[in-house]
Amino acid sequence: MKFAGLFGRQRSATTAHHRLQVLLMHERCAGGNPDLIPILHEDILAAINKHVTVDADKVRLKIERGEMVSLLEIDIEIPTHVKQNPERGAPAVQFR
Amino acid sequence: MAQVVVVTSGKGGVGKTTSTAALGAALARAGERVVVVDFDVGLRNLDLVMGAERRVVYDLIHVVQGSARLSQALIRDKRIDTLFLLAASQTRDKDSLSDDGVERVIRELRPSFDWVICDSPAGIERGSSLAMRHADLAVVVANPEVSSVRDSDRIIGLLDSTTDKAKRGEQMEKYLLLTRYDPVRAERGEMLCVEDVLEILCIPLLGIIPESKDVLHASNMGLPVTINEPTSAAARAYNDAARRLQGEQIPLVVPSDRTTLFSKLLGRRAA
Repeated sequence: MKFAGLFGRQRSATTAHHRLQVLLMHERCAGGNPDLIPILHEDILAAINKHVTVDADKVRLKIERGEMVSLLEIDIEIPTHVKQNPERGAPAVQFR
Repeated sequence: MAQVVVVTSGKGGVGKTTSTAALGAALARAGERVVVVDFDVGLRNLDLVMGAERRVVYDLIHVVQGSARLSQALIRDKRIDTLFLLAASQTRDKDSLSDDGVERVIRELRPSFDWVICDSPAGIERGSSLAMRHADLAVVVANPEVSSVRDSDRIIGLLDSTTDKAKRGEQMEKYLLLTRYDPVRAERGEMLCVEDVLEILCIPLLGIIPESKDVLHASNMGLPVTINEPTSAAARAYNDAARRLQGEQIPLVVPSDRTTLFSKLLGRRAA
């Protein structure tokens, strides 16, 4: 076994401890609203659908929960031929 | 069309989740499309063992209840492209799993994957019976220890009576995965040996996973042992078990981590 492997093995408990701390911190404080992301998903979809019609699974939310902050990645797929929402006139926003 | 596999045991703590992750990763590394599904609603841990705990947005309950689509809930593994996780919910209870919902999820998963591996919760209640219900094949995880073998026997009985396959009058394929095995202690007569367990349970053996420090190390790191320490004895045993699931004939031996001074100097493990 290599020396690097030996040190890596010792540190795995530190990694485990840190992973648990971050996870439990999120689980404990998310106790109030575990469905935050699904709710955000619906709100974002509703906001977009005011202007263009987009299918629910074309709005993808990904999260990477971190120690200090979490990174929320929103990936919205808008068809090239934008179908305007009939309740509106011209598309109110331009997607760049 | 996927093979649906349930990894079950009755008793808790014998290595169902570790084995689900290790077998799933081994199959995916061989190029198979694999999804591992956590059925332990309220006490999920497969996400943690797979290192995806910070990325769960939607879970099995969301999909079962129709509030998310399957494509939104599947989490792709960061290391292996063909490996996916469907996490359990941490905040609901197991009554949120409806029979129809689970059936629909399994039906939707089948055409997109080669393997759907269902990680059953311990016990013989709702969660575990739903995890096994739609299986084509069962991996019964047991330790060479009296209570584990007794509970496995109970689970085998349930696999043969309560699953869809059993109700259709078909025979459920069942394989034993013996984990935390210590060949030296078994040899000394301090531990039930493979033959003892097989004689009692009467199901074919899928693999023998030796007791190994690498298993804890891998779960500390959030990696299936077959990815984290692919040359370790435990990983080689899981890889062999995965190849047997694929239909290969591989002689059953217990891989060992025993190293010689010479192999240490070379930085290698002896086979």
